Amino acid sequence: MSDYNFAYLDEQTKRMIRRAILKGVAIPGYQVPFASREMPMPYGWGTGGVQVTAACLTPDDQLKVIDQGADDTTNAVSIRKFFEKTAEVATTEHTSEATVIQTRHRIPEEPLGEDQILVYQVPIPEPLRFLEPRETETRKMHSLEEYGLMHVKLYEDIARHGHIATAYAYPVRVEGRYVMDPSPIPKFDNPKMEMAAIQLFGAGREQRIYAIPPYTQVVSLDFEDHPFEASKADHPCALCGAEDSYLDEVIVDDAGGRMFVCSDTDYCAGRRAGQAA
Amino acid sequence: MYVAVKGGERAIDNAHQWLAEERRGDTGVAELSLDQIRQQLGLAVCRVMAEGSLYDPDLAALAIKQARGDLIEAIFLIRAYRTTLPRIGHSEPVETSAMRCDRRISATFKDLPGGQVLGPTFDYTHRLLDFALAAESEGLAEVAQAAPDPAPKPRVTDFLDRDGLIQPEMPSDATPPDMTREPMEYPAERPLRLQALTRGDEGFVLGMAYSTQRGYGRNHPFVGEMRVGTVPVEMEIPELGFAIEIGEVQLTECETVNQFTGSKTEPAQFTRGYGLVFGHSERKAISMALVDRALRWEELGEDRTGAPAQDEEFVLSHADNIQATGFLEHIKLPHYVDFQSELELIRKLRADALAATQKEAAE
Repeated sequence: MSDYNFAYLDEQTKRMIRRAILKGVAIPGYQVPFASREMPMPYGWGTGGVQVTAACLTPDDQLKVIDQGADDTTNAVSIRKFFEKTAEVATTEHTSEATVIQTRHRIPEEPLGEDQILVYQVPIPEPLRFLEPRETETRKMHSLEEYGLMHVKLYEDIARHGHIATAYAYPVRVEGRYVMDPSPIPKFDNPKMEMAAIQLFGAGREQRIYAIPPYTQVVSLDFEDHPFEASKADHPCALCGAEDSYLDEVIVDDAGGRMFVCSDTDYCAGRRAGQAA
Repeated sequence: MYVAVKGGERAIDNAHQWLAEERRGDTGVAELSLDQIRQQLGLAVCRVMAEGSLYDPDLAALAIKQARGDLIEAIFLIRAYRTTLPRIGHSEPVETSAMRCDRRISATFKDLPGGQVLGPTFDYTHRLLDFALAAESEGLAEVAQAAPDPAPKPRVTDFLDRDGLIQPEMPSDATPPDMTREPMEYPAERPLRLQALTRGDEGFVLGMAYSTQRGYGRNHPFVGEMRVGTVPVEMEIPELGFAIEIGEVQLTECETVNQFTGSKTEPAQFTRGYGLVFGHSERKAISMALVDRALRWEELGEDRTGAPAQDEEFVLSHADNIQATGFLEHIKLPHYVDFQSELELIRKLRADALAATQKEAAE
């Protein structure tokens, strides 16, 4: 598609995004404002992730796109097609083969390596947003490291429900400094965030980019007497039998019968292929 | 047996095809041409240009056709196209005093130099469905037309300004910020606020303006003047070293005269609100002026009453319909991973609570 530049965005814009990424890598967990562009897909569909991916892609990359852990969900298909068309990069569904993985709401089950980039789509980058709606205030709270409000919220959850009532987008503290929203991944995925790959987060509508460099400390917020617990449905996958993967619950009949299957389709398919062999 | 949600790609392709068919409708009915849209749905074209932030009636007409008449979708198409255009330079500020007005009215003076010019307005039409239009054999009655008056019309606020009755606007040569190239930052200066408002959703800006009229940040507006017409656009060409005219745009400008400020020592003065919108869009221009005025509370030494229209961060963060509709509609995308984690949590909380009540009952 010659009407547009490689990976859709013009080089000036990519440069601006790369500068924001570099700043984000230099200050792990800090939300860097960037002049997000209008993309040809709606805000909320991953425009931030798409811009970050566009700024990272080179013609030799192998791109994988997942939504809810799966390669074949409609929006993952749509974004993969977008880059096939505008960047003509090779795409893959295999986690291990990908050099760039754009994701919405999951971290792949298979551990990532140093030569991989994981790009998250982020709806609301501000972990304090639902405690304080004003950006002017939350930026101040971050600069003063004023995170008491967040701990009070978690404490109130425990007082009321007996547990911290956050199941996804569970807040983390990065390298002992910034409290960060991990995007709406299930808290099951939180411990995986200390990884070898570089993690980049793009929020298009909110005009923010942030990053976690490889091997950075990422701690899920908790209390000594209520330690963080990565939870998942207490079943094995009905297709591949995995007991260590995050599961989707699927309703299979009118009587409300259900089954649990891996949300990471590549992981599940790989295990089943291994079993068949 | 569980069947994985495969075939997303084929489903998308088929959906697009169906959408194209729906857009075309019955092929027995003549296809809508861009000329027809531009000529006969002119106000829709104006709105798409204003909120799409791109003055191009042909592209706006195309977007309306492609969007099946959904104007927010059309605005989105224009924005997505606009973002790919290279930035060659910027024009000189347009001089709205030199506007060739099709319409110019003042609600504050019965008569004034330049006169009241009604122009093409719905204002005094009776909103009765005109069934003759349904017959599609419209012949327009010949109406005697006065020769257009190209003379520039002086501004109402300039008369007030001359007598010191209205707060003066200080001229500035500072380059205004560009919200399409820089991330939004608060507090925003007035040029940035006006930029956000002029491309903001008409309905949202209208609602905010209306709320000020109903008492949430009231600012007693009078439409000092509203003018609709064309202005030349000039651009300085570096190779030439001077500005040349590169075209003209239609604009709607509204200046409101608002409640006065002053104290025992400072003589009382009226204040101003300002609205300027691409195309013919009176509702939007007036709304913009009211919201602009409400957002100036701090600069004009007023109290913050807690009214939404006074809250810059609230107004500017929610005025953009492309951002709003995207985020709102994205909740129809798959969320089953997050929902699954909520399901587990709620089951766990319920199990704990049930166990506690059973234990209590047993004791």
